[in-house]
Amino acid sequence: MSRFLVPIVVFAIMIPIFIIGLGRNKSELPSPLISAQAPTFTLPSLRDENVFVGSESYKGKVALVNVWATWCAACRTEHPYLMELARRGDVPIFGLNWRDQREPALDWLAQLGDPYFEIAYDEDGRVGIDWGVYGAPETFLIGTDGTVLFKYISPMNERVWQQEFLPRIQAAEGVN
Amino acid sequence: MKRIILAMFLIGLAVPGHAIDEGQAFADPEMQARYEGIISEVRCLVCQNQTIKDSNVFLAADLRREIRRLLSEGKSNADISEFLVSRYGDFVLYRPPMRGKTLILWLAPFLLIGFGIVVVIRVLRGRMSMSIDDDNEPAST
Repeated sequence: MSRFLVPIVVFAIMIPIFIIGLGRNKSELPSPLISAQAPTFTLPSLRDENVFVGSESYKGKVALVNVWATWCAACRTEHPYLMELARRGDVPIFGLNWRDQREPALDWLAQLGDPYFEIAYDEDGRVGIDWGVYGAPETFLIGTDGTVLFKYISPMNERVWQQEFLPRIQAAEGVN
Repeated sequence: MKRIILAMFLIGLAVPGHAIDEGQAFADPEMQARYEGIISEVRCLVCQNQTIKDSNVFLAADLRREIRRLLSEGKSNADISEFLVSRYGDFVLYRPPMRGKTLILWLAPFLLIGFGIVVVIRVLRGRMSMSIDDDNEPAST
């Protein structure tokens, strides 16, 4: 009976759309920076306000740029995993201390350990805006040519590292 | 009575609630209107169903500051949209630009209305062509 066929077909089309729609994490937005050149910047170092660090610090290397702040509870969750990555030493981690205060941030590193090879201090959040940051932690994977290979929003963990970061890092290093 | 008069007097004294930024961002009313127009069309990405005009999250305040800076540098509204979209994607604008990826957003309402009209017409036609004592309703037997 064709009078039943039409609603059944419509239903069959809608169900996958709803399943995909409900399954998506709406707080994770696609970044327009992916595959584009990462924004360059120079900022005072968190460790020493007279020293300037920035995109030059990791130029020509595959690097992680990790956006963090002491007001960010999820960053505290993530921190032990960053320490683990730093201990393995596969990829240097550049820290972008975003919209934070210097003293608590330094205390945090003294207490929990410091996984970063350099940390930029983005006090007014301007570099964060250039990078399209809207939460913390966010982690960008930068290729040797300075392009953004991947962006991960949420605390890093071993599963994400294995599934998302490692294949891209291997591909990026394999090219050279 | 005196109390009521006093209460009304006090209500009159209350300053109307202002937007999040203190005072006017621009002395020039035309610039202020442009500024307010822009910030009421930009989504706060932390609290996704608010505009940056309504949100007091620091990211919204930072974006308002950047928009004020761009406006005072003489940038056009299109430049400012481009500034935001190149960093945060189309989702940052409440009125996303019409292009390949966002076409479905713009066309979906018309497609759905069109589909609804077709359905209504077909149902009505079906009803009109029915004769009253036809055996279409099982209840009639």
